[in-house]
Amino acid sequence: MKYLEEKVFKVVMVIAALVVLGVLLYILGTIFLKGLPALNLDMITKLPGGGFYLGKEGGVLNAIVGSLYIICGSVLISLFISVPLVMYINFYLPKKSWFSGAIRFSLDILFGIPSIVYGAFGFALMVFLGIKASLLGGIIAVAMLITPIMMRSLDEVTLLLSHDLPDALLSLGATRYEMIKVILRQLLPGLITSVLLAVGRGIGDAATVLFTAGYTDNIPVAFGQPAASLPLAIFFQLGSPVEEVQNRGYASAIILTIIILILSFSSRVISSKYSKNKI
Amino acid sequence: MSIISTSIKEIVPDQFQVIEDVSSVMKVNRNYSITIENLNVYIEDHPILKDINVSIPAKSITCIIGPSGCGKTTLLKTLNRMHDETPEVRIKGNVIVDGENIYGSNVNVNDTRRKMGLLAQRPCPLPMSIFDNVAYGPKIHGLKRRKAINQTVIQYLQYVGLWEEVRGRVRSSATRLSIGQQQRLCLARGLAVEPEYILGDEATSALDPLSTKKIEELFIKLKEKYTIILVTHTLRQARRIADYIIFMYLGKIIEAGPTEDFFNNPRKQITKDYLSGSFS
Repeated sequence: MKYLEEKVFKVVMVIAALVVLGVLLYILGTIFLKGLPALNLDMITKLPGGGFYLGKEGGVLNAIVGSLYIICGSVLISLFISVPLVMYINFYLPKKSWFSGAIRFSLDILFGIPSIVYGAFGFALMVFLGIKASLLGGIIAVAMLITPIMMRSLDEVTLLLSHDLPDALLSLGATRYEMIKVILRQLLPGLITSVLLAVGRGIGDAATVLFTAGYTDNIPVAFGQPAASLPLAIFFQLGSPVEEVQNRGYASAIILTIIILILSFSSRVISSKYSKNKI
Repeated sequence: MSIISTSIKEIVPDQFQVIEDVSSVMKVNRNYSITIENLNVYIEDHPILKDINVSIPAKSITCIIGPSGCGKTTLLKTLNRMHDETPEVRIKGNVIVDGENIYGSNVNVNDTRRKMGLLAQRPCPLPMSIFDNVAYGPKIHGLKRRKAINQTVIQYLQYVGLWEEVRGRVRSSATRLSIGQQQRLCLARGLAVEPEYILGDEATSALDPLSTKKIEELFIKLKEKYTIILVTHTLRQARRIADYIIFMYLGKIIEAGPTEDFFNNPRKQITKDYLSGSFS
């Protein structure tokens, strides 16, 4: 009986692993099979030409650049909020403070809010402020979406930090601010991981940018102009009845996947380079 | 539960209630470098240290000994105000360092900590190079000139005998050093901020015998310039390097006095029991 349980559980574990791998391979396989023939240099170097959505010439450069603009801006905003916040609740507030508990709890709730709600909220906010669908609006909405993710993952890493390092720094007579500067160095790999998680979530999200960033065939040159984004480009192209355009949608999905892969790979390289002094 | 309480009763004779027996050299005397007066420390209203009154002679090594949980580390941490980091800890009483109560109202905590170099139980190098580890303290305290910084770093690395060992790789990570080297690096880092006192919290307990010996030799060398206070678990270490001993039990000082005196003529029964190894 004991051994039977052992065997059954082993089978369950293997099946679970296979399901995960299988789904991933199926998705990647579909994207690549359908998208690869449509993927060419024009896709990543050209703006959509006239009649692009009917199968004529052009590319999705507008969406690539728009997505990168939006994610860079929102990651910056998000960093400026989450890093000070995490440092504050971990190193300034007492361990069992109700305030830090309240912050963590509210961020956990924000974490679970669907992205379309952020989009709608961002849109309402923009109407209130009198901003049109624009790059700025997209950046703010995506920042709202990814800040809870970034903050909570950075918080988890910070909580794991042993007390030895802060104690060593304080006993040298360092002020809290000086202490935090060194601690951030120690936390850099964790910080990069949390940025990465946030980028992955933010760059692939269509619902937040739908109302807030709008869509355009051009590359925005000011914060007030609308910005295209890859998820929306994929969405619009897949919705087309023309098969060629649909395949370009898959090709855009390949581009998005590759961008995320490049970002994750390069951040890993950077983090291992800078964490060579890590304890 | 009852077994524990009876065994404690056996160990703690009635004279435990008697006020601590501090030899004349360590009686409270504000002219001494460190004087602790009526110190009581509570953690969430549990008394951890009770009525500590002792003076620590300058330019000497004082070892705080006693069984686990007797409050040795708590006492040590009151000296550099590291308890400020735990809000549950409440401190009553005075700790007078160089004529000034460090728990006074307008005391700069960072300055106090700078004055009290701390060597922790496990070495904790900062996440930077060997050089930057030593340079960090002087830099945050205002040393700017590159030449002066270089000089300071080399001087203190030489002082702890690490310079010859790390020469040529001072820019590599401090974590690549052995644990014994790391502890000496931490000592150099602590000395580089020019403290007046050195506090050691079981600073050799994680080290091998050879590294322990090196650190102990350094302490003996350092007492010419600094007042050194060490918490230690090993009686033999205390006997080897201490000039004065503070013996604590259940949050109180039982006896304090010169090492020779303490080991050869313990006055309290409980001290004798501890020295003979009846409990540890």
